[in-house]
Amino acid sequence: MTDTTSNTPAADRARESELSPFGRFLKATELDIRMLGMVGALLIIWVGIHILSGGLFLTPRNLWNLSVQTSSVAIMATGMVLVIVMRNIDLSVGSVEGVIGMVMGVAQAEFLIRVMGFQLGNPWIWVIALAAGVVLGLMIGALQGFIIAYLEVPAFIVTLGGLLIWRGMAWLMTSGRTVAPLDATFQLMGGGPRGSIGATASWIVGILACVAVALMLLNGRSQRKRFKFPLRPVWAESLLGVVACAAILGAVWIANSYPWPIGIVRQYTQRTGITVPEGGLFIAHGIAIPVLIAVAVGIVMTFITRRTRFGRYVFAIGGNPEAAELAGINTRWVTMKVFMIMGVLAAISAAIASARLNAATNALGTLDELLVIAAAVIGGTSLAGGSGTVLGAMLGALLMQSLQSGMVLLGIDSPLQSVVVGAVLVVAVWLDTVYRKRV
Amino acid sequence: MADTTAPTPLIDMRNISIAFGGIRAVDDASIDLFPDEVVALLGHNGAGKSTLIKILSGAYKRDSGQIFVNGEEASIANPRDAKKYGIETIYQTLALADNVDAAANLFLGRELMTGWGTLDDGAMEAEARKVMGRLNPRFQRFKEPVVKLSGGQRQSVAIARAILFNARILIMDEPTAALGPQETAQVGELVMQLKADGIGIFLISHDIHDVFELADRVCVMKNGRVVGTARTGDVTQDEVLGMIILGKCPPGAIPGPGALKIAA
Repeated sequence: MTDTTSNTPAADRARESELSPFGRFLKATELDIRMLGMVGALLIIWVGIHILSGGLFLTPRNLWNLSVQTSSVAIMATGMVLVIVMRNIDLSVGSVEGVIGMVMGVAQAEFLIRVMGFQLGNPWIWVIALAAGVVLGLMIGALQGFIIAYLEVPAFIVTLGGLLIWRGMAWLMTSGRTVAPLDATFQLMGGGPRGSIGATASWIVGILACVAVALMLLNGRSQRKRFKFPLRPVWAESLLGVVACAAILGAVWIANSYPWPIGIVRQYTQRTGITVPEGGLFIAHGIAIPVLIAVAVGIVMTFITRRTRFGRYVFAIGGNPEAAELAGINTRWVTMKVFMIMGVLAAISAAIASARLNAATNALGTLDELLVIAAAVIGGTSLAGGSGTVLGAMLGALLMQSLQSGMVLLGIDSPLQSVVVGAVLVVAVWLDTVYRKRV
Repeated sequence: MADTTAPTPLIDMRNISIAFGGIRAVDDASIDLFPDEVVALLGHNGAGKSTLIKILSGAYKRDSGQIFVNGEEASIANPRDAKKYGIETIYQTLALADNVDAAANLFLGRELMTGWGTLDDGAMEAEARKVMGRLNPRFQRFKEPVVKLSGGQRQSVAIARAILFNARILIMDEPTAALGPQETAQVGELVMQLKADGIGIFLISHDIHDVFELADRVCVMKNGRVVGTARTGDVTQDEVLGMIILGKCPPGAIPGPGALKIAA
């Protein structure tokens, strides 16, 4: 009923004047302090490694590679957010990625060509292979989700079993043999000079993204006006828009500053007959296709979590499963759907990872489950359930990958890399626990 | 009320039984509720009152017995069915999703959608502001997850959720257990106001003092069985206490299957 001690509007106003300038800034922009903290940590890591490595890290080439390396884990991390928000866990994603990569590899390199009689380079090959992978991911997710939701076996056990089963299946398919090479079009999903969209298209994508940001801010503002809710100050809205657009265009600029290697340029000029001008020909990579896929997945998953009934139910169930049940939500079906989404995302990651290798190996995705869970958790997803964001998880994936590739640049041995990554994970979750207790 | 003009009861639960493992939590219990009536369901902790009422709200499935809503047999297999019949419940635990805000809780399971099939958070928050403004005019914390609200504020969110969708039957399970005296009085006022609107209300409590003044009838349960039902005008508080503690049915009450046999 009426709360007598707190939160009259007057008290709110009084409290606002007590805030520090930074507090007022946060209130006006409605930014999450934890998200800002993570961006800060990321920048510190980047600058730190850049200095320690003598200027090797913050180069277009390295950042471009970093973005490609992050894609596969970032995609799966967006699904892991939903899984963990619902108080479940999925330990099988790395193995599912492996078996799906193997199925797609065998389909395109052997089955469709030798058994079905497709010509090499037939454009249907990559479509069928990818579709088979996605359907398989959906089915594996549905199977595991069914056992978890309807047969009530704990997710930890089901997916621990899955970790062994799907890795074993990947091996059994070819008795451990690596399948290569993959279809030329399929390979584009892995990035590389051909698997990037070039400078012009990248600028177009960047500008469209900026327009989208502006439209979203305007739409949010008109929605708030429609219901007479408090508005963000104009300066805060403008600042958010400018920062977001600067980040997008900056990323495009970096991707466009990374030229094709000389060898590839030579092949290209020989094939097309272009004469190389004085001082060499500069052909930019632009944004890599796997990065575009990851960004698209991130947008779709953010939309699902924030704007759909399904997403609302996932969070409500994570917050209080009993209350969700009493509110009439079919919690079992929602659980199963979450694992189906996870399976599809593992399939997309498998396509990117195997395309990047240009091979399907039975070791594809080994230990990825740990990176994916770590990315989600570092990105602010609470293992107690009920809270987490897709953007946070993707930033978490970027942070993990930055650490790893940074340590490679610094020449740190792989055992020591593991030590550092493990320690960072524990410290990050500890900081998060401290933060949650204070707020 | 039941025997004078014999109108159709809003709710008529007949011979309800449910067992968990070997324990008969509710055993052959019958209870009814008429329009603009408040029936208090009393009994010790573990007497079976919450279980009986959770059968009505769809949280549990009965083993046997029938439920009639407005004289017609109703099939209630889950909470959604119960809500279709206009039966809303305020649970003792409040059953709020702690991590989402008040509006999301009010509309949980019945979200307002835009033409695009997406959540219409603006419309939901606007509705939430309206209903909360009626219950608790000083409530302002619409953007915060309900875990950050005070006990009274959480209670008002749970109550708002129950009355938002034009309930015809309201079940309140220990509505004042977590509240201070002032807030308890407000719940009392709300009960009278809803009753005046023609809503039938079940009040569940283990404490007779909370509900005796509000109720038109009391129904007492003990060990899963109904001891008896009585108009509050026909029995004293001490007699009702006797029903709760000893299972002894006074002359002013209609004895149920759980009444103490020797005295009667």
